[in-house]
Amino acid sequence: MSTATFRIWRGAKGAGKFQDYTTEVSSGMVVLDAVHRIQAEQANNLAVRWNCKAGKCGSCSAEINGMPKLMCMTRLNSLPLEQPVTIEPMKAFPHVKDLVTDVSWNYSVKKSIAEFKPRPPDGPDGTWRMAQKDADRVQEFRKCIECFLCQDVCHVLRDHRMHDEFIGPRFLVYVAALEMNPLDVQDRIPTLRKQYGIGLCNITKCCTKVCPESITITDNAIIPLKERVVDRFFDPMTKLFRVFSGSPR
Amino acid sequence: MSEHLTHEHDVLVIGAGGAGLRAAAEASSAGVKVAVISKSLLGKAHTVMAEGGIAAALANVDDRDSWRVHFADTMRGGQYLNSWRMAELHAKEAPACVRDLEAWGAVFDRTAGGRILQRNFGGHRYPRLAHVGDRTGLEMIRTLQDHDVHLGIDFFMEYTIVSLLKDGDRIAGAFGYDRERGRFHLFRAKAVVLATGGIGRAYKITSNSWEYTGDGHALAYHAGASLMDMEFVQFHPTGMIWPPSVRGILVTEGVRGEGGVLRNKDGRRFMFDDIPPAYANQTSNTEEEGWRYTQGDKNARRPPELLTRDHVARCIRREVREGRGSPHGGVFLDIAWIRDRIPNAAEHIKKKLPSMYHQFKQLADIDITVEPMEVGPTTHYMMGGVRVDPDSQMSDVPGLFAAGECGAGLHGANRLGGNSLSDLLVFGKRAGQYAACFAKENSFGTIHSSEVAEAEKQTLAPFEHNGTEGPYAVQQALQDMMQDLVGIVRQEKEMLLALDRIQEFKARAERVGVTGNREYNPGWHTAIDLNNLLTVSEMVTRAALERKESRGAHFRDDFPGKDDKFSSLNIVVRKGPAGEMQIRREPIPEMPLELKQIIEEMK
Repeated sequence: MSTATFRIWRGAKGAGKFQDYTTEVSSGMVVLDAVHRIQAEQANNLAVRWNCKAGKCGSCSAEINGMPKLMCMTRLNSLPLEQPVTIEPMKAFPHVKDLVTDVSWNYSVKKSIAEFKPRPPDGPDGTWRMAQKDADRVQEFRKCIECFLCQDVCHVLRDHRMHDEFIGPRFLVYVAALEMNPLDVQDRIPTLRKQYGIGLCNITKCCTKVCPESITITDNAIIPLKERVVDRFFDPMTKLFRVFSGSPR
Repeated sequence: MSEHLTHEHDVLVIGAGGAGLRAAAEASSAGVKVAVISKSLLGKAHTVMAEGGIAAALANVDDRDSWRVHFADTMRGGQYLNSWRMAELHAKEAPACVRDLEAWGAVFDRTAGGRILQRNFGGHRYPRLAHVGDRTGLEMIRTLQDHDVHLGIDFFMEYTIVSLLKDGDRIAGAFGYDRERGRFHLFRAKAVVLATGGIGRAYKITSNSWEYTGDGHALAYHAGASLMDMEFVQFHPTGMIWPPSVRGILVTEGVRGEGGVLRNKDGRRFMFDDIPPAYANQTSNTEEEGWRYTQGDKNARRPPELLTRDHVARCIRREVREGRGSPHGGVFLDIAWIRDRIPNAAEHIKKKLPSMYHQFKQLADIDITVEPMEVGPTTHYMMGGVRVDPDSQMSDVPGLFAAGECGAGLHGANRLGGNSLSDLLVFGKRAGQYAACFAKENSFGTIHSSEVAEAEKQTLAPFEHNGTEGPYAVQQALQDMMQDLVGIVRQEKEMLLALDRIQEFKARAERVGVTGNREYNPGWHTAIDLNNLLTVSEMVTRAALERKESRGAHFRDDFPGKDDKFSSLNIVVRKGPAGEMQIRREPIPEMPLELKQIIEEMK
């Protein structure tokens, strides 16, 4: 069994420093295993979020050697262990302690998005019919485990801190799942343009690159939503029609 | 003087997995003020890990299915120790609960006709599990979460309850802390629903996360409620075993439902070697017939890989013990072989089992479309829990309800796969409904400040000690001990030893000290949870000692057969007046004739 060094951010409310911990590592270990071992043996009060340890719950998001990743799905053999492995909290959210950040903003954004509202049931027994191919499109978005790594890497949030104007890739995916659900009857296109700030995304695709569920965030969710906004608000024929029909917006 | 914040709600739901979120939705829609306590962030509870599906007799794939068949399957799987009334309600109400989920936005896989698709699973006669690939639990918890946040419910994320508060016999509220700042909170409530999930962290090899320390089981016990069936811990037959760091992570039964087979190191499908008589009529005796079953042939019987979990787990253990295991001490689970049977097998596997593909590829460097997986049993689910009224889910403490894994009754001696998610929905809904009724009919109880002060003192105790014991070291030692002495195969001598060891661990737990302050301090949280794990471990061990037979998930080396004496009774655990743990045998109420007839018909 060999050892490796982990350079972990310690501190609370943004103040803090890196601290080095050397621990034993063995075949097949992931970063979260090393963090757990350090926590159990050297730093009992090291704050870290985790749950399933199988890439399904999206709790253990962090920045490993500068890359936003799930600690439970990052194997040590994918990292250069001859140098210290740095582990830092996500940068797009307020810091709480050590590797934990305050992600509550995401939960309030979710709450502000109009909920699913189905059309009347198709069958007298209160059930709906949906083709698998229609389900497929929505199911890709519903794979999201809400790890918020896409939010973390998005420059609109991370660098420009526009949390009040832009809901971020996670919630554009969420809106896409609702808008493309064949049963849903709500219209979120006007809010998408105004409150959700979809125009702020300039499709650099960083979110798609970090998604641990490999959701094609930009191409399959954001761009089609942008097209819907454009069709609704900027299509010249539609504009002309509105002028004559006197319809608002 | 105690320093805490006070909150007031009609119904307090402790736990934010499937059962808690479903209970909260129902209570809230009944018009009462509801709070949900979530030990982690919302949407991260263990429900997220459920893979296979939700068992409900929708009869979308096989129209021979009905609540009667589902009822009979559940009772057979539970070796008839189930609460027959809960099994009846569950089978009847599960389909409507699945349809509720669809109305709230869940997107299930579809049949060719556009209905909700259902798949085969162990112990279910017909394809019955509504599912979304192999991530059904995620779909369910996300649907409930997204529905609930619009209902005006107050969510307390990353809060932990350490004690229930009573006013005389009845419930009056709960006391706990928030993780972020370590502040204390008093929750006054007219009714409390426990939905805290399982106890997996009492064992070394488990599919459960850090949260599953039997909190609800211990809270209810200390509040004076009865618990039952605590000897029945489900060891899921297929957990990952290699590399060591992933040991215990679940491999869905859906792999076998899609045609995956179990083989020993000699390549033999050993599940054909031991088919229990109760299942002989419905189990295929050739590989050919088993394969046809997984491909939807209604005239074929299911392959022995889809026998109940307790049986499959013991067969795997036998193969390993007798030297026929895989290199890392398990057996082989092979889905790749279906390439001999169907075209585009690799694509098919990735489509049907995407997260399994992902999990093995990423964590074990194994491509399951090409090579077999190595698997072995992992602690998965607790059949035992708070004894409740089958209709209302109320415990014998007035105003205290329990639903989901921390409740008992539906599953008896062994739970069928897929019956957990439906359990959460059916009985979460009922618990929410009846808790709201209770809250409407009763006023707030009085909170006794001495009780609060005591809870506070106990919670802070680890800071007072000068750290002669670390919380993680004691927890790990307890897990090792339970795995060794009260695991898949048990015997009296070892369990008596376990009881002694538990007393030693209790003494060690008293000496556990923690460093740092109260803000987001996992060492402190582990020290607090340790007390619950000790209570639960003792309940499991004492109940397992009392059941001197082997049945379902409970297997005794010293009593390897079933004993009729135990066929119609539950083992009930309760805290005695002097604080001692009392164990008693209680007869199961007589089943009504019409239900007996259903069971006879389905044999």
